[in-house]
Amino acid sequence: MSHSAPAMGKRPSTLRGATLPKWSPWAIAAGAVVLAVVIGLVGGLDSKVQWGLIAGILFVLGTYGIAARVEGRRQAKDRVATSLVWVCFLIAVVPLASLIWTTVKRGVKVFDIYFLTHSMGVVADSEPGGGIYHAIIGTLEQVGLATLIAAPIGVLTAVYLVEYGRGKLSTAITFFVDVMTGIPSIVAGLFILSLMLILDLEPFGFAGSLALAILMMPVVVRSTEEMLKLVPNELREASLALGVPKWRTILKVVLPTSIGGITTGVMLAVARITGETAPVLLLVWGTNFINTNPFSGAQASLPLYIYQQYANSAGSNAAYDRAWAAALALIAFVMILNMVARGIARWKAPKTGR
Amino acid sequence: MKLQRKNRLRALSLGAVAVSGALALTACGSDDTGTKSSATGGATTGSASSIKCDDAKGQLLADGSSAQKNAIDAWVKAFSAACSGVQINYKGGGSGAGVTAFTQGQVAFAGSDSALKPEEVAASKKMCTGGGQGIDLPMVGGPIAVGFNVPGVDKLVLNASTVAKIFDSKISKWNDSAIAKLNPGVTLPDLKIQAFHRSDESGTTDNFTKYLIAAAPSDWKYSGGKAWQAKGGQSAPQSSGVAQQVKQTSGAIGYMELSFAKDGIKAASIDTGASAPVDATVENATKAIADAQVIGTGKDLSLKLNRATKADGAYPITLVTYEIVCDKGNKSDSLAATKAFLTYIASEDGQKVLSSIDYAPIPADIIAKVRTTIAGLS
Amino acid sequence: MDISTQNTDEAPPPTSQPSAALQKRASRGATRPGDRIFLGLSRGSGIFLLVIMAAIAVFLTYRASLAISKDHGNFLTTFEWNTNTIPPVFGIAVLAFGTVVSSIIAMALAVPVAVAIALFITHYAPRRLSGPVAYVIDLLAAVPSIVYGLWGALVLVPHMNGLFGWLDKYFGWTGIFSWQGGAPRSMLTVSILLAIMILPIITNVSREVFRQVPQMHEEAALALGATRWEVIRMSVLPFGRSGVISASMLGLGRALGETMAVATVLSPTFDINASLLDPGGGTFAQNIASKFGEATADGRDALIASGLVLFVITLLVNGAARVIIARRAEYSGANA
Repeated sequence: MSHSAPAMGKRPSTLRGATLPKWSPWAIAAGAVVLAVVIGLVGGLDSKVQWGLIAGILFVLGTYGIAARVEGRRQAKDRVATSLVWVCFLIAVVPLASLIWTTVKRGVKVFDIYFLTHSMGVVADSEPGGGIYHAIIGTLEQVGLATLIAAPIGVLTAVYLVEYGRGKLSTAITFFVDVMTGIPSIVAGLFILSLMLILDLEPFGFAGSLALAILMMPVVVRSTEEMLKLVPNELREASLALGVPKWRTILKVVLPTSIGGITTGVMLAVARITGETAPVLLLVWGTNFINTNPFSGAQASLPLYIYQQYANSAGSNAAYDRAWAAALALIAFVMILNMVARGIARWKAPKTGR
Repeated sequence: MKLQRKNRLRALSLGAVAVSGALALTACGSDDTGTKSSATGGATTGSASSIKCDDAKGQLLADGSSAQKNAIDAWVKAFSAACSGVQINYKGGGSGAGVTAFTQGQVAFAGSDSALKPEEVAASKKMCTGGGQGIDLPMVGGPIAVGFNVPGVDKLVLNASTVAKIFDSKISKWNDSAIAKLNPGVTLPDLKIQAFHRSDESGTTDNFTKYLIAAAPSDWKYSGGKAWQAKGGQSAPQSSGVAQQVKQTSGAIGYMELSFAKDGIKAASIDTGASAPVDATVENATKAIADAQVIGTGKDLSLKLNRATKADGAYPITLVTYEIVCDKGNKSDSLAATKAFLTYIASEDGQKVLSSIDYAPIPADIIAKVRTTIAGLS
Repeated sequence: MDISTQNTDEAPPPTSQPSAALQKRASRGATRPGDRIFLGLSRGSGIFLLVIMAAIAVFLTYRASLAISKDHGNFLTTFEWNTNTIPPVFGIAVLAFGTVVSSIIAMALAVPVAVAIALFITHYAPRRLSGPVAYVIDLLAAVPSIVYGLWGALVLVPHMNGLFGWLDKYFGWTGIFSWQGGAPRSMLTVSILLAIMILPIITNVSREVFRQVPQMHEEAALALGATRWEVIRMSVLPFGRSGVISASMLGLGRALGETMAVATVLSPTFDINASLLDPGGGTFAQNIASKFGEATADGRDALIASGLVLFVITLLVNGAARVIIARRAEYSGANA
């Protein structure tokens, strides 16, 4: 390191250099915030975001200045790195916290039993009233069907890759599954749409399920693959050595051992596709009425409902309230799925022998 | 083995819970019939007695113009109250989407702000069986308001030339002399004009620019059409989006159906060369539409509006929304519902609803022809 | 299920199998009917995935070729998107520009912050804080994009006015940051929103990589008297570099294809604007979502053509990410 030599030279003769007291980062942070507020007030900056940015910059600069004077440049750099990491963390937390906070705060306004058990029906977009029942039904059915398609195919593909896969075919599958993970949801929607245009079909819920299944499969394959790889080879060898056929080994030993992880993977994939709007927008059309049949007629879905409430509202507060409340319901659903999935993962984690 | 069985049991029970949960959910929900909501928009939704359901039932899919979305919402509310067996699902996806969906046979009827083009009529012949074709039925008229949001300004007069220059970014400040000349006695702020246009293709844009072409040809050099052509300015999707942005932005101006120009958006009056500037009101729009000629042939009733009108009290920036159906060969399963719904909206009660929600009814002699045509649909 | 019916075709008794040959034969999976069927099923579903990918490419290309053959502009360089006129004139130049620029800015903003948060979780945060923070960031990665869009349009956009004014005042002379004072629904706002959206993904992957840094490397560096920053610079970052790059690529793929968040926030116009602050521009996905409603049959094909370009771009980005990851192949329990 080029800068260590001069730093060495300046070091005082004692073995330990001077160090800042433990409370110094807090003091510097407090000083930076106060200074930023003063600058903000004097400079007439009306955006709190700017105040925060100024405070962050002052904090990093202040830390460097003070630490460089007291502890030397190497230590100062270390402290700057520490303070930068903290500042980055705080900068990132602000929007994310604001997102959750706004959704909860504005979502609870109309979020009640009536909202959950009624569809929009004939309520106009700009009027109060109505609910998300039809959207919940649509989302559950579309996502459920997508899962029924994607989960078995995904798990079987992963089994093939881990247990059988060798040679060009599995390399190709691995590569394209990875690439498929990155397919934009709108492209999957366009693909099903181009099929529908050829077959002259009207929009219906199951078309959305197909697009969602395309998005879901690679995610299931990836996570299942990881889980199957964690199953110790000893288990397989023991089973095979007893003369159990390979397919039974897989069904009775490998899959049960990793079932927790696979379930988690599938649930996380479900959580991901539940929030997809674009394919549903293209393929499922959206409706204000309850339609429980995913194979015929337009359906609604939660993300689409949020978008339509936002887009058709003409700035009406009733529609914004509904959009936020639906967002709250959607986030709650996704979060619960996530937490349950992670819970299962922790609870059923295979003993890897490490 | 025991472990696995437990796993399978657990998975099974999980699935059972999920399925029964979904079933329980399907059981307890219902469609909102609008009884809870305070009916603000469609206060006068017509008496149910005038609606004849006949044997209409099932789901009626329709798509098209977002300009008439508010009118359809009000009609659907009244109609559903009388005919509970019919669900009308009108998606205001835009005129183009409506016509496309119609010619592909996806919807029973479409709403469009412009009459069918010859090639669209040709395409519709595939869908309308038995030698039928798509026809235009004028059903809703509407003034397109030039809505503005300028602090301290309540009334504003503009003429075709200034509107063209504003939307073409030639006038960029509210206190520009061209605007000031039209508004003596109004203190205009030194504020940048934020002109909003539609980002999607739209019949509203089409009608708005047709007006500019007809009334200010020297200031609006573009050829017109559903897509916005001028450079500069900002955009938002659909009338709703434009209204939303104008409402939120100080110094904003945008064009939208009159029914969207409320809560903080004010509509400018237009100096057409008539004795006094014309307000964007329903009555004034009806007056302009009354001037229109039917140019459709056969059962088609498409209209030609006189956009450069200088008649007193005729608001020139109007659009007429057509419902598009097959004259013959409509889909048999949705024909009854379509006919019942169209009959209602063309009826006196149906048209009466319009003016209370900022739309213009179709003049009496034209709507009479519409009614005869609807009666003959098959 | 086919598998259960195969139960009756029970395999020959295990004793008849020489144990040495067992592994070999079983792995070929062709010896017993049960194995053959199971292998067929699992290989079949793998092939099915490949078929889907191929079908996507084929169908999109087919519809796209229909559109491009009717295009009277240059598909790559025309600055217009008029698909409903006769003849249709459209080109993807503006979309390609907007998509690439917004994603790159989003990356530039998100990657350093994400790496910092990953370091925060793995190396800096007090233990009591790091667990919950990691968990929350995991959950945030699952927040649907439409919610980010709603939040972006209603909360973030009004908050950008101050920042835009400040940028215009001090950096307006660059041209990139000049601002006419329109509503801040511009490319920069989109980029910031995209950065916020991809932050959790990049953080999660980077965090996993930083966790895997061998303890020995760090301890060795510490023993030499390195400060914490020096430990990170010398042992953690070099080890995690490829992981961070691939994480960024994943984020980039997400940003390129993001639809709803962009569609709700951006005020699209079909031209390339030097300023990031003035409204304008567009991205592939946003253009598809917002133009789809009014598109005629030709218009839809044109949108599908632009979707094909997006598809190819994301394929390249993701493919590159995977190649980088593949360089450091992981140890796998099976097939070892």
